[in-house]
Amino acid sequence: MISVTYRLTAPGMIQPDCREFELQPREALLRPLYLSICRADQRYYQGNRPPEVLAKKLPMALIHECCATVVYDPTGTFKKGDTVVPCPNVPSEVDAFIAENYLPSSKFRSSGYDGFMQEYVAVQPERLTKAPANIPPQVLAFLELISVSMHALTRFDAIAHGRREKLAVWGDGNLGFIHSLLLRYLYPQAEITVLGVDEEKLSYFTFCDRRMHVNDLPKDKSRFCDHAFECVGGQAAQYAINQMIDVISPEATISLLGVSENPPPVNTRLVLEKGLRLFGSSRSGVADFQAAADLLAQNPKAAAYLEQLVGEVIPVRSLPDIHKAFAADNHLRFGKTVMSWEI
Amino acid sequence: MVIAAILAGGSGSRMGNTAKPKQFMELGGKPILLHTVDKFLLHPEVDGVAVLCPAQWVSYTKDLLSAPEYQSVEVLAGGATRNETLKNALEWARHIGEDSGFGGCGDNILVTHDAVRPFVTHRIISENIAAVKEGGACDTVVPATDTIVRSADGKAISEIPPRPELYQGQTPQSFRCKELAELMESLTQEEEAVLTDACKIYVLRGRPVYLVQGEVYNMKITYPYDVKVAKALLDLDLSDGEKT
Repeated sequence: MISVTYRLTAPGMIQPDCREFELQPREALLRPLYLSICRADQRYYQGNRPPEVLAKKLPMALIHECCATVVYDPTGTFKKGDTVVPCPNVPSEVDAFIAENYLPSSKFRSSGYDGFMQEYVAVQPERLTKAPANIPPQVLAFLELISVSMHALTRFDAIAHGRREKLAVWGDGNLGFIHSLLLRYLYPQAEITVLGVDEEKLSYFTFCDRRMHVNDLPKDKSRFCDHAFECVGGQAAQYAINQMIDVISPEATISLLGVSENPPPVNTRLVLEKGLRLFGSSRSGVADFQAAADLLAQNPKAAAYLEQLVGEVIPVRSLPDIHKAFAADNHLRFGKTVMSWEI
Repeated sequence: MVIAAILAGGSGSRMGNTAKPKQFMELGGKPILLHTVDKFLLHPEVDGVAVLCPAQWVSYTKDLLSAPEYQSVEVLAGGATRNETLKNALEWARHIGEDSGFGGCGDNILVTHDAVRPFVTHRIISENIAAVKEGGACDTVVPATDTIVRSADGKAISEIPPRPELYQGQTPQSFRCKELAELMESLTQEEEAVLTDACKIYVLRGRPVYLVQGEVYNMKITYPYDVKVAKALLDLDLSDGEKT
């Protein structure tokens, strides 16, 4: 069949590309429903990546967060009309110790491999998660981001010691919001603290026990937190990480989720002194999507909180609408820009 | 109920020496017609698809559509003219409407599309259906980019219409079956002889036909040149040939 792929050919330039492809017997055909713009997509779109990276990865269809409708599944796994969420990680092997999202051989959509800005997308059914009922599709559009948080928390559960009474999240952005929210539901007895720099953004975190500006930490920092989660990324990551090292209890874990811009200098002296464990998490696998979907299905209130993240929903029926969505997203201070994919 | 009629009436005469009608020519390893049918079969709002082709090509078309995934596609003989083909499509629509308990034509929507426009998109089909639900009939168009001149005698320009008001017609063209059937019935023999476009019937009778935005690449493969352009469009693989 012929399908149109909308590829970024250069910063700010998207081109429709008609492709002919034959559906494989083990592939389901999807029609994207809602697409969510990630900061990484925006960086490609704005050209805020090193020229050699752009030269290597473009042309490429952006977007790795979406929900879709099944239009055809020859395997019978899904019915026509089912709403599903595809995993953007595309592994080509299985390793007994290394998760699919850390295998160097895996491909990732909208990072050197075509993302979901396509008229139709072919995906193997085992890479799909069936959408729970009653979750708005605009939220499902960024289930991928929720699964990233879920993935990091699964690793946290396996790595961190058992004292989990005081948990702190650095970061008042979308990931910080999602991560704090999942902590609220996975560790309902724990005291959850969120730290950020923007009072308005922090005001959204009503489900946290404490919301504080990074400059307003209490004088008495003894047992400030048992474990901490870094959801800052960018240039500010280094300040967040070192503040975490300063205030965290000995033998704690620091979970790193933010993507740093430059390699951050880290106070390893204190890391050694306190015996801290720093571990990173990135992306997610199909199991994490399912875990995230299950959590939302079991906790409708959590899904309702996530609706607060749905910023602008922009109907996309033409190429200019795509540019409009990226422009709107660039000015969005908090939340996610979602494209209603009608093209 | 939404039904799609793929009009594959072309004889291939404009394709030069080829005896095979253009809708059967291969594009990317598959006949053009099948690419077009795929788009309608996959569209969730389309309930039935029929292909109307020249009577002598019905068996051939059925063979092309013999794979299990095309089992639901009806192959019918078109007529000698586009209007006759449309009538056959309407007759089929009436039958499947009755068979499905929709009471004949009723409020059924007929989406008609050229078999030789395989680049039709999901959006164009969706917007055709929506336009008929809201307005009653629609035509798919793109704004004219060339200056169009009118010549009454074929020798000199008699008029240059303002370009912002001009569009180039594509397909699909979509209608309410009942209304289209009534309008076609109302045509005199003289009118029928000169009317080659269903939308023109509406215009002639003062009924509105709404515009649906097409795509420049929703091209009609009519001449050998068009086949080259279509192939170039599909070969324009800007990635490393990865398959998604």
